Amino acid sequence: MMRPGSEREYWLDRKENVDKVYWGVWVLCALLFLIEPLVHKHGDFAFENWFGFHGWYGFVASVGLVLAAKLLRVILNRPEDYYDRH
Amino acid sequence: MTGIELSPAWTLIAGAALVPFLRGVARGIWTIALPLAGMVQLWLLPAGEFGQLQFLGEQLVLLRVDRWSVLFSLIFLIAALLSSIYALHVRDWVQPTAGLAYAGAAIGAVLAGDLLTLFAFWELTALTSVFLIWARGSERAYRAGMRYIVIQLVSGMLLLFGALQQLAATGTLRFEHIGLDAPGGLLIFLAFGIKCAFPLLHNWLQDAYPEATEAGTVFLSAFTTKLAVYALARGFAGTEALIWIGATMTAFPIFYAVIENDLRRVLAYSLNNQLGFMVVGIGIGTELALNGTASHAFSHILYKALLFMSMGAVLHRVGTINGSELGGLYKSMPWTAGFCIVGAASISAFPLFSGFVSKSMLLSAAAGEGHLITWLVLLFASAGVFHHSGIKIPYFAFFAHDSGKRCEEAPLNMLVAMAITAALCIGIGVYPDPLYAMLPFVVEYVPYTGSHVLTQLQLLVFSALAFSVLMRTGIYPPEMRLVNLDSDWVYRRFAPTLVQAIGAGAAVAWRELRDVFARPVRGAAAWLVRHHAPEGLLARTWTTGGMAMWVALLLAAYLIVYYY
Repeated sequence: MMRPGSEREYWLDRKENVDKVYWGVWVLCALLFLIEPLVHKHGDFAFENWFGFHGWYGFVASVGLVLAAKLLRVILNRPEDYYDRH
Repeated sequence: MTGIELSPAWTLIAGAALVPFLRGVARGIWTIALPLAGMVQLWLLPAGEFGQLQFLGEQLVLLRVDRWSVLFSLIFLIAALLSSIYALHVRDWVQPTAGLAYAGAAIGAVLAGDLLTLFAFWELTALTSVFLIWARGSERAYRAGMRYIVIQLVSGMLLLFGALQQLAATGTLRFEHIGLDAPGGLLIFLAFGIKCAFPLLHNWLQDAYPEATEAGTVFLSAFTTKLAVYALARGFAGTEALIWIGATMTAFPIFYAVIENDLRRVLAYSLNNQLGFMVVGIGIGTELALNGTASHAFSHILYKALLFMSMGAVLHRVGTINGSELGGLYKSMPWTAGFCIVGAASISAFPLFSGFVSKSMLLSAAAGEGHLITWLVLLFASAGVFHHSGIKIPYFAFFAHDSGKRCEEAPLNMLVAMAITAALCIGIGVYPDPLYAMLPFVVEYVPYTGSHVLTQLQLLVFSALAFSVLMRTGIYPPEMRLVNLDSDWVYRRFAPTLVQAIGAGAAVAWRELRDVFARPVRGAAAWLVRHHAPEGLLARTWTTGGMAMWVALLLAAYLIVYYY
C-alpha cells in the first residue's frame, strides 16, 4: 500500500482541473440549447416543443429530488445499528 | 420422450448438482460450459409446446417455446454465463451451485406453460437464491436471508392458491392472460407483485440483495424480479392499475437512493425504479409498450449486472461499500471505474448505450397513448435515475474526495465479466437491430432521431448540471452512516414491538384475571387453614376436662330445651 503523497499526481488531483470539468458541464448545457433550433422536435405533447423543455425539466426535477430527499432523511434516518438493537 | 429433456432449465439445474464435486479449473470450466450448453439447447429448440404431462388428472405443459419465453430464457442464460465468469475466483462451492440452479429455475419458470409448473419453479428460485445471501456468512446476512425466504415463499403460496382457484373455476391450469377479474386473478397478481417489488411489497429487495456476497448479488439482480416482469406481461398485459403501480415504482425509490449510503443498496433501489418502467409498459399493454418492456428487461439485466459487478469488485477489494468511506478509487481500480461508468451511462439511457434504445420505447408508448401524468413521472424518474445511479454510484465510489484507500485492481475474471457485459451494453446501444428482431412483436420503432437524442441529452446534461451545482454549493446531502426507514420497518420493528406489547399486555391481563377468581378461593383456603390446620381451633387436641365441661354444657342446654 502506498502513501498518498508518494504516488503520481493525477489530472483530477488539481483543483483547477476539477473546475474545468465543472464549467465544462455548463458549456455542454449551453451548446445543447444552442443547437436546439437546428433540430426538428416531434414531441407527443405540445409543451415538449417549448424551448429547452427537457433541459429545464431535468434541472428542476434533479434539484427537487435532492432537496426532497434531504428533507426525507431528517424524518427517516436512524443510527446504523437501529435494527440490531433488541 | 416428453420433450422436457430439451429444456435448458434442466441442464443448469442438473449440472449445478455436480458443481460441489468439482474443484479448481474443472469447476470453472463446468460453470461456464453449462450456460453455453443451455444457449445451444435454446437455439435448437423449435417453437411449440413440449413436455405435456398428466399430473393428478391435470394437463401440464412443462415447456412452452415462443418469442416471449425465448427472449427471457436467452437473457437469463447470458446473465448466468456472465455471473459464472464473475464468480470464478470464489472458492466455496455454494455460490456457483446455488447461482446456476437459481438461473435454471428461473428459466424453467419462464418456459412453463401452466401455473403449476410455474409455481414449482417459482418456489425453486426462492429456495436456491437464498443461499447466495447466506453464503456471506454473517449473522446479518443470515437474518436478511430468513426475511427474504419467508416473503418469497409467501409469494409462491399466493400463486398456488390463485392457480387452484382458477383450476376450480375454469378447469384448466394453462398460463395465459389472466386479468384481475379472473378467478384467483387477484391472488396471482399479488404473488407476481411481491416478486416484482410493487410499492410497499418491495422492501425484501433492498433488504436482502445488498447482504448477499459480491457474486451473489450479481446473480440475484438478474432473475427473480425479471421473472416477475415476464409473468406480469404474460398474465396481466393491459391492466390499467399497473400503469399507476409502475409509475409509483419509478418515482419513490429514487428518493431513498439519493440518501442511501450502502452503494449496493442504492443500486437495489434503482433496480426497483427500473422495474417500474417495465411495469408501466405492461400496464399500457400496446405492442410498442410490451416491446419496450421486453427490450428494457433485456438491457436492464445487463447494465444492472454490470453496476453490481463493479460495486462487488470494490467491496471485494476494499471490504466496504459505504459511500461515506469510499472515494478516489479510480486511481487503484481504473478498469473497474471505466466499466462502472459504462453501466451508469446505460442505465441513464445515454444515446449509444443500451438503456436509450429500450427506455425510449416505453416513454414513447406512454406519450403516444396520452398518459400525460405517467409520462411526466417517467421523465422525472429518468432524470432521477441518472442522478443516483448514473452519477452518484461512480462519483462516490471512484471520485469525490480521495479516501486515501489504495487497493489492487479487481481480479481478472471479474474484469473479463465486466468487459463482456460493458461490450454488450454498448453493442445494444449502437446497434439495437438484433435485439429488436427478437422482441415479441414486430418493431417499427426508430430510437435515433434528432429529436430523441437532443431531448434526452438535454434532460441528462442538465441533471448533471444540477448535481454539479448542488455538490459545489454544498447543498447535496453528504453520505452518512445511517439507516433509512423503509417498509421493512413494519415487520422488522413495528410488528415485533407490537407482538411484545401484546405479550406484555396479555401477561398483565392474565394476572388480573387470575386474581379475580383466586381471591374467593384463597379466602376459603385461609378460613380452612385457620380452623382445621394443626393450630386451628377445630384441630387442636382438647383436654379431657374441657371435653367433659362441653358435654355437660350440651346436656344442660338439651335439658333446658326439653322442659320448654
